[in-house]
Amino acid sequence: MRRVKDIVQSRMSRRSLLAGTAATAILMAAGTVSPSFADEVNTTGLAVTDDTVQVGILHSVTGTMAISETGSVQAEKLAIEQINAMGGVLGRKIEYIQEDGASDWPTFAEKAKKLLVNDKVAAVFGCWTSASRKAVLPVFEQYNGMLYYPTFYEGLEQSPNVIYTGQEATQQIIAGIDWVAKEKGAKSFYLLGSDYIWPRTSNKIARKHIEKLGHKVVGEEYYPLGHTQFNSVINKIKLKKPDVIYAIVVGGSNVAFYKQLKAAGIDMTKEKPLLLTISVTEDEIRGIGGENIEGAYAAMKYFQSLDNENNKEFVSAFKEMWGEDIVIGDVTQAAYLGPWLWKAAVEKAGSFDIDKVRLASPGIELTTAPEGYVRVHENHHLWSKTRIGLAKTDGQYELVYETADLMEPDPFPEGYQ
Amino acid sequence: MFADYTWTELGSIFAMQGFAGLILFSVFVLMALGLAIIFGQMGVINMAHGEFMILGAYVTYLCSNLVEAYAPSLFGVYFFFAMALAFLAAGALGALVEWSLIRHLYKRPLDTLLATWGLSLILQQAYRSIFGAREVGVSLPNWLLGSVPLTDIIEIPINGIFVMVLTFVIAIGVYFILFRSRMGMQTRAVVQNRVMAGAVGINTEKVDRHTFALGCGIAGIAGSAFTMIGSTGPTAGQLYIVDTFLIVVFGGAASLIGTIASSFAISQAQSTMEFFLSGSMAKVLTLLTVVGILMLRPEGLFSLKIRR
Repeated sequence: MRRVKDIVQSRMSRRSLLAGTAATAILMAAGTVSPSFADEVNTTGLAVTDDTVQVGILHSVTGTMAISETGSVQAEKLAIEQINAMGGVLGRKIEYIQEDGASDWPTFAEKAKKLLVNDKVAAVFGCWTSASRKAVLPVFEQYNGMLYYPTFYEGLEQSPNVIYTGQEATQQIIAGIDWVAKEKGAKSFYLLGSDYIWPRTSNKIARKHIEKLGHKVVGEEYYPLGHTQFNSVINKIKLKKPDVIYAIVVGGSNVAFYKQLKAAGIDMTKEKPLLLTISVTEDEIRGIGGENIEGAYAAMKYFQSLDNENNKEFVSAFKEMWGEDIVIGDVTQAAYLGPWLWKAAVEKAGSFDIDKVRLASPGIELTTAPEGYVRVHENHHLWSKTRIGLAKTDGQYELVYETADLMEPDPFPEGYQ
Repeated sequence: MFADYTWTELGSIFAMQGFAGLILFSVFVLMALGLAIIFGQMGVINMAHGEFMILGAYVTYLCSNLVEAYAPSLFGVYFFFAMALAFLAAGALGALVEWSLIRHLYKRPLDTLLATWGLSLILQQAYRSIFGAREVGVSLPNWLLGSVPLTDIIEIPINGIFVMVLTFVIAIGVYFILFRSRMGMQTRAVVQNRVMAGAVGINTEKVDRHTFALGCGIAGIAGSAFTMIGSTGPTAGQLYIVDTFLIVVFGGAASLIGTIASSFAISQAQSTMEFFLSGSMAKVLTLLTVVGILMLRPEGLFSLKIRR
């Protein structure tokens, strides 16, 4: 390569000596073809031209996780479309390349590498499960990419190459437990979860906090992912009579759990016991059925029913793009923030370079977020409010409480690990 | 661990645990019967069993939507039509699959395993394309929701009772079809000696097709019934497949009595252990016990004694 270049250059110089004006004309012609203007905002060879910038969307649209990740894909596409309608980022239209992680973690890593190395995308919006995020993390760190990760998760992670737009565990858990303890006078808790890292870590934090408040955990249980029979644990709950069932059941198990709870005669609207969950968004309620979960409380940062101007616009735009009967859950909203946070960081940095975007990210604030105001913390998580919603038969949550202040993200809580 | 409770409380809880075990038993029998018929009578390992169940669930979902929209007065009883339709739909798909795929592979049992696994992936993606990736909620008539309170503490879930009755009816039905009807006699003849059965004039291909369709149809009914207790989504069938195989293999592949006995053993062990230990631990212990017993009795609890 170098030799060819040398020859070209020497030829050029010889030619320019021989016929100066002609050479200048050629050079000028070459100059307009090569993206000289894009170079200023892109010194590392990302897929940026004078009018476009390419980003990646990396979610599962096939396999078991498609059920959950579909909403995120829709939200990200909506955000990208809206940003483009406003003139794009630094005057460039966003083009997205969508890859399918296929609910398979090695596939996620492979596709992440493809997006970063072959497509040279300026940012990736994607992943849903912690397992998929852990799988792509080394790829993003090795090739210096930028990932916007939407799901609420267990924390205990902070990467220079990831912006976490969902809540980490302490934000979601502590405010929720404080609320039931204070407002509902709850003193005993039964912790229940699917058996993997997120529910286990979350319950660890919950237990620590419950005990710190001087209350009691009367049971803690995990069931394998995909478990469909909960009658035994429901009997145990009936025997122990806790004030609160703290449920972090996920996926298909969720549906089985709530249907069987209802069938076993536990009427959650009576709040004896009260059920508090951090894993059921409006999305999940569609599968569970509103009548089966009526009366349960959820602690998260966003509900579709939030009454503010940003959210009304967001919900109507979302419905216009994806259909009237669509529902929007916490993660979907967090996924929607990704492209907007990236746009703000790029514009603050004045460059698409990953390192500059990273430096610009902390302190970025969005006043237009559907959940209200959010700000990026030094630790790459978001300051956000935590809210409690009451599930209703129509499958929506009714807001009953929100924290007065933004909750500080604390992915490595001291004494809670 | 029981020091804090009164005798009445403990008594009630154990009564309810007993019911929980019986409900689990019915669920297991219902989901394993179809597979046991196909696996036991034909030696075909149907990895797509869960997807046939979910077909039944989706048929129920469609029925509930249609009835709600066009004939709300029938909503209270639609579930019975839905189950019948689920049986027909899953049975018809089963017959089609047997004709187009399975019958070419009878001499290559391991290939049927791969082929039906492929079929399960195809069906999952088909459901996803048709019904969307998200789970759907099936609305049920009110009389199927809730529970019957016997005492202050003892409450029996209505859908549990429904599944128990249904399982009983279906098991009796299968018994009559296999042991008291002409079709059953032919099926058993083909199982015992295919060549001789053919020689005495039994259309073995037809028998195969009917058996496969019957097994799939029962899976469809199971899927329809499980909309009451579980989720309906493109991949929900996968939730049942492991337990189903466990039951059939543990019971002895060729024996329906074995399937019922193993459902009973596994469900009781599981629900008792779940009560005393945590859910994941109960599963581990159940699986270990099954593995242990299968090492001692590789043919399962009950085996058919025929000369080979």
